[in-house]
Amino acid sequence: MDAEAGQVVHVAGPNGSGKTTLLRVFSGLLPAEQGGIRWRGLPITSDLEAYATTFCYLGHSDALKADFTARENLAYGVGLRRPVTAAGIDEVLSRAGLSGCHELHARVLSAGQKRRLAMARVMLAAAPLWILDEPFTNLDHVGVLLLSDVIAEHLDGGGAVIVAAHQPPAIPRHTASCVELS
Amino acid sequence: MPRTSALQAMTLTYRRDLVLAFRHWEQVAQPVVFFAMVTTLVPLALSPELNELRQVAGGMLWIAALLAALLGLEFLYRADHTDGTLEQMLLSGQPLGLLAAAKTAAHWTACGLPLVLVSPLLAVTLGVPTEALCTLMLSLALGTGILSALGAVGAALTLGLRRGSVLLSLLVLPLAMPALIFGARAVDMAIQGEVARGPLLLLGAMCVLSLTLAPFAVAAALRISLE
Repeated sequence: MDAEAGQVVHVAGPNGSGKTTLLRVFSGLLPAEQGGIRWRGLPITSDLEAYATTFCYLGHSDALKADFTARENLAYGVGLRRPVTAAGIDEVLSRAGLSGCHELHARVLSAGQKRRLAMARVMLAAAPLWILDEPFTNLDHVGVLLLSDVIAEHLDGGGAVIVAAHQPPAIPRHTASCVELS
Repeated sequence: MPRTSALQAMTLTYRRDLVLAFRHWEQVAQPVVFFAMVTTLVPLALSPELNELRQVAGGMLWIAALLAALLGLEFLYRADHTDGTLEQMLLSGQPLGLLAAAKTAAHWTACGLPLVLVSPLLAVTLGVPTEALCTLMLSLALGTGILSALGAVGAALTLGLRRGSVLLSLLVLPLAMPALIFGARAVDMAIQGEVARGPLLLLGAMCVLSLTLAPFAVAAALRISLE
């Protein structure tokens, strides 16, 4: 399978079919038993650290520190990849619908708000490829529409998205190519 | 798009871990309290005679400090592993070994340094002369540094195990024995009024060796544990 700029790949399949495993192989966390992953023609195993800068991975866990505020979580989570400003963090928090939550600790956020915060990290990291594992989990109706919009914007900007989900994602202006695991 | 330099990433990680540690101050206090408790129990169990206590003070202080420093090691990577932030560190594109070194440094600042700072107070209660306090602090600073570095390797290796703490002690303590031998010897020599240059230099060499090699081992162990 291929993922090209402006393209969204939907990884589908029943529970336990290996969607998460496949996404972890894509992200270089797991070695592929057979075959291999190439990024712009080069096998990713040749330089995993350089490859890691080209994508942002959203896993099952939200990768948030419960004792950190929303702002601190982004400052570290994104700051590790690229320098971020307070204004940039505020902007992405508003975009993710977390306007009143800047100074709230992650432990008091609801599951949906945590997912939004995790998604804000992906948005702010500004990587060309997004690898999203069940990004719509716990999101309310508005959140699902918002995330679909954000993904569409990313695709319009020349990015690519690989998303594992049970429902085919309804991305405005784009149709997802589907990879079905059994 | 400008990237965060490895040095900036290390500073961020170091500050993050310290802030997290001090938001759970009881975790910072636990080793210090343990250290103080054990050294307070020694006169009760052995003898209240300062002359007799002075004979065993070096060894007792070192054993107590070593075990106290071992207490928090298990949680070095456990929390980050559970909430998924460790995975994100691995995928940040930063050299994992350097991030591990920053985490080790933060762990030493929150766990080893407080032990070093309270040690003179506890040493005086065991009859250690004031001239020996400098040697004691220096030896403990190097010793807890060694333990933090070795312990990080152990913590990374036992990350995937459900009950890793016993295995962690079994892995780390034998490796820390040379440090214990030379550290306790240095303090003993200082108590007897001798210059403890030799054992201190050896401790320093061990510290440099473990600080430089451990981060690579930690990085390799973390990659295996996260598969």
